[in-house]
This record gives sequence, structure tokens and C-alpha cells, in this order.
Amino acid sequence: MSDDTPLIQTIDIKQHFPLRAGLFGRASLSVKAVDGITIDIPRRSVLGLVGESGSGKSTFGRAVMGLDKPTSGTIKFDGMDLALASKDEMKGLRRRMQMVFQDPFSSLNPRMSVNETLGVPLRFHARDLSRAARRDRAAEMLERVGLPAAYVDRFPHEFSGGQRQRIGIARALMVHPDFIMADEVVSALDVSVQAQVLNLFASLQRDMQLTMLFITHDLAVVGHVSDYVAVMYLGRIVELAPTRDLFSSPQHPYTEALLSAAPTPEMRDRAKRIVLMGDIPSAVNPPSGCPFRTRCLYALDACAGEVPALREVWPGHKTACIRDDLTLASATAQRCTET
Amino acid sequence: MMTTANDVSTKSNRKQGRWMSSRGVRRFVSHRLAITGLLMISAVALLCIVGPWLLPHGMLEINIIDRFKPPGTDDYVLGTDELGRDLAARLFMAGRVSLIVGVAAMILSTLIGTVIGLVAGYFGKVIGTVLMRFTDSVLCFPQIFLLLTLAAFLEPSALMITLIIAATSWMEIARIVSAEIRSLRERDFVTASRISGASHSWIMFRELLPNIVGPIIVAATLTVARAILTEAYVSFLGYGIQPPLPSWGNMLNNAQQYLDTAPWLALVPGVAITIAVTSFNFIGDGLRDALDARSDMP
Repeated sequence: MSDDTPLIQTIDIKQHFPLRAGLFGRASLSVKAVDGITIDIPRRSVLGLVGESGSGKSTFGRAVMGLDKPTSGTIKFDGMDLALASKDEMKGLRRRMQMVFQDPFSSLNPRMSVNETLGVPLRFHARDLSRAARRDRAAEMLERVGLPAAYVDRFPHEFSGGQRQRIGIARALMVHPDFIMADEVVSALDVSVQAQVLNLFASLQRDMQLTMLFITHDLAVVGHVSDYVAVMYLGRIVELAPTRDLFSSPQHPYTEALLSAAPTPEMRDRAKRIVLMGDIPSAVNPPSGCPFRTRCLYALDACAGEVPALREVWPGHKTACIRDDLTLASATAQRCTET
Repeated sequence: MMTTANDVSTKSNRKQGRWMSSRGVRRFVSHRLAITGLLMISAVALLCIVGPWLLPHGMLEINIIDRFKPPGTDDYVLGTDELGRDLAARLFMAGRVSLIVGVAAMILSTLIGTVIGLVAGYFGKVIGTVLMRFTDSVLCFPQIFLLLTLAAFLEPSALMITLIIAATSWMEIARIVSAEIRSLRERDFVTASRISGASHSWIMFRELLPNIVGPIIVAATLTVARAILTEAYVSFLGYGIQPPLPSWGNMLNNAQQYLDTAPWLALVPGVAITIAVTSFNFIGDGLRDALDARSDMP
């Protein structure tokens, strides 16, 4: 594949989960967890996917990883359609795409030492490696993620959350993947540890030329690591832009509200916070037209009409809002995370 | 930055076993009942193994003149039965049979139950539902009648009774294992293993099984107790181990006619059964407290 085709392409991915009422209930309703996502992740870039809980971020991530088959739509990895890949091809793809999990306490097998955990991917993708060679690689990778190589014989319960997350990252990197899906990798960690883990991600991404999908609900985290940001709401992408662009000139009212919700140390900024009313609507029965209109400060009658498509405001910056007359508040200087 | 806290614990944790943490062992040792059970069952097993060699009379040695001797007369420690056979020798030989049948039935039923539970819990959906409904339907039969029916059709022998007991006692372990697996398989480390390219059997036996060794050991221990009891009452009803080979159950069967004249004939094997069964139950309780997964896993 040529170098400028995106590593990951998704075309109109939908993931609907049927709801059953009772034992013999017909599945007439369904939860539209992901409702039509078309997005490209260029090689060696990091796409941050932001959204509140229930917006379908993780469901989308699992579909991209090939863990769940989407209801409809196409996922291409390096130009190859995942749904059409043969068993052998899929095995090759599995090596190239790896995942880091949200909960460092459930992502490591409590009965396996670090050495064994890190050796699992090698067992299946580098079968000719001897036990000793696997151990060497595990120790090497541990150092790479900032843990002493001597820790290879320890068990998960001997580590802190941040250390476990580093082990999780090491496991994903054991087979030198091209793509890493990181699902809420820092949300279970203390703020101070979050920064360390994010820095580790940033430096590994640079050194190993990784392409990443970084899923989080925290805009500050996204600002830290990603090149592009996609904002998700109720199974759809409402805004997609380069990171700096999104923070400095948001084009969708939902993005504006998210940016204003980020905590700031300045008292005077708090007055300007936009507080959204109510909860995210049900994905079983989403509002007609724009899914965000029920909570939007700028909604018009026209918003209830059709589902707004992503339109390009200027090159690279897309929004799914029909109003182009809005001037939305950007993130203030200290909130734009340049740290 | 994060090393300080761990350097302290390095020394104490270095010797830790693979799946049985030293904490678990310590909890078991401090469980008085469990240790009592372990000592009692060890004593019983030891007596059954070496006892028959130390006694002057064999278990089949008939001595009509010495019949119905109460315990403690001459060199008959536990007295004699209606044919003048040494009750102690018979008790120990019967113990061998009962314990071996109990342990063998436990091993078999644990194997069957673990595999069925593992497959059912891991695959869920159709395979899981079919296997677990099958388990439930086997569970619906009253065990004793199933045993008696099977025993009536098949030639009773120690091997046969072991197989029959195993075939009617694997369901509980299957249900425990399947329930544990169903919650474990949702954990992220299983997904991680899948992404790493692991096969289903690898995930089942290498990732999941080591995590449920605790509950399996507990259930298996309690199964020994129940298998001994089951063997005893099947033999008591005459469908189990056949005389002249003694088992604790058929010794009781013999004894019932002489309850008022020679009560020791019933008391001796009765006490033996009670000791063996309660010991295994105590050990099971102790193991349950010691290996409780909740206190061990993060």
C-alpha cells in the first residue's frame, strides 16, 4: 500500500444492538451505539476520540479492532477490508493492531507473571522464539516503558495502577504493531500518574512511528497526545479538526460546551461555563434531526429536520452543525494544553 | 518515581508461589477446624494403609469360636463379627476401599465437571445453554435412585461404583466453574489474549483455569466427603461393594441384625464414616476461607 493511504479507514460504520423484551420478545428496537461513522486515521498520526459516556466511543473502538462485527459499514486496515480478510490474513492483521485497556486491574491476568503476560503475544506471533528469548524481549520492553527489567518475575498484584498500565502498554508493543487503540487508558489513574503515562505514549508513538486511536472523555488528555480530534455525540461524529484548531476555534456547540467544562484554575473563567441541561438522550430513540438539538443553546426549528452531515468549514475542519453564523468561545489560553 | 514502594516489598514477595499465595497457606494453617480435619483424615488414612499389617488377624480369617467378642478382648482391638473375623482388620481394609473410591470418584467428577463448566461458561450462547441445561437435567434425577438403578443393571464392583458416583456428582462443580468463568471471561485480560492471537483452548486452560483453582479445590474436597457417604449408603443397601470385600457401608449392613447384641459392629464403621466425612468437610471449609478468590484477587 502506498504511504499516503490512511492506515485505518472506516466507512459509515454502524453498530446497533437489538433490544429484546422478555423471553420471546421480538427485537424491534435497537440501541444505535454507533450510527454512521466515516473517518480516516492517517499513518503515524494520533486521532483523539472524545465524547461523554454512552456516546459510543468504545463500541466504535472495538469495531475498529475487529472485536465486534459492525452491523454495517466497512473497516479497512492498510487498505484491506477486515470483513473480507481470510483467517490467515486476519492473523497477520492481529499482530499489526494492538490495544491498551481502560482498567489496569482487569487487563492483566492475576495468575500470570509479567514475563508470562508479555510472552503471550510472542507465543502466537513469533512461534520460533525460545522461552529465554521471550523473556529477554519482555525485560527489554519493560525497560522501554519505564519499569526495571528485574520486574519480569513479579505478579500484577505487586504493582500500582500506573505500573500496571505500563505493563499493558508493553504487552501491546511486544509484537511491534503499526496501530494501537488506547481506550480510556488514563481515566483510572491519578492525575499525576496520568501525565507520566501520557508522556510515555507520546514518546513511544514518536519513536515507534505508531498510528493511534486515543479514546477518552477528557479533552485535556486529548490535547496532550493527539494530532486530530473527533468529538462524538450519541453515536455520531459532530466535529473533526486538527487538535489546535479545535481548541482555538470550535465550530460545534457541543464542542464549545465540552471545552468550557474543562476545569480551570482561574476564578473569573468559571462564570462563563456552559452547563448543558439534562442527560445524553437515549440511543434507542434518538431525537430527530440533529442529535444534540435537545440540549443545544443555539438550536433552531430547522435542527429537528434532517440529521446534519459533516461539512467542511475550512480545509481539515469539519462540523455537523447547520448553523454557520455562530461565533463560539474557544478554550482559553491556559486550557489549551501545550504543557 | 514509583520504585520506592516496591523495593520494600521485594524481599517478602520473592518466594511467592505461582497460584497459591503464602497468604492463603497462612489462612489455612490458622483455621483450627481445618487443621483438625487434616490431622484426623491423615490418621485414618495412615491406619488404613499400615493397620492391616500390624494386626494379628487377616480380614477374611474366620474364627467361629471367637465370634461376637466385644472390643478389647484378647488381641481383637475392636472385637469380632458374627463369623469371628477381626473387626479392626476389616475396618481398615474397608477404609482403603472407601477412601480410594471416594478420592477416585472426586478426581473423575472434578475432571468432568471442570471441562463441562469451562466449555459452557466460556462459549456461552448455544453451546453453553445446551451444556448447562443438560447439567440441570442430570441434576433433576434423585441421585440415590439413579445410583440404585444403575447399580442394579451393572455388575457391582469398586470400579463400577466409582464410575457411577462420578457420573452422578459432577454437576455441582460444572455449575460453579461455569458461573466463575462467565464472570471472568468478561475481563479485559481475556480480550487482550484474544488480540494477541490466542486460541480458545489456550484462553480456557491457560488464562482462565488457573484463576478458578481455588473454588475447584474447595468443591472437590467437599465432593470426596459426599462420595464416601454415597458409597456407604449404596453399599449399605447392598448394591455397592459386595462381601466378602468389606466397605464401611456393607459392614453397617451386616451389623443391623445384631444391633442389640453386638452394637460395636455398627458403631465402629459408623464412627469411621463420620470421622472421614466430617474431616473432609472441615478441610473444605478451611480451604474455602483460605482460597477465597475475593480476598486474593485485586
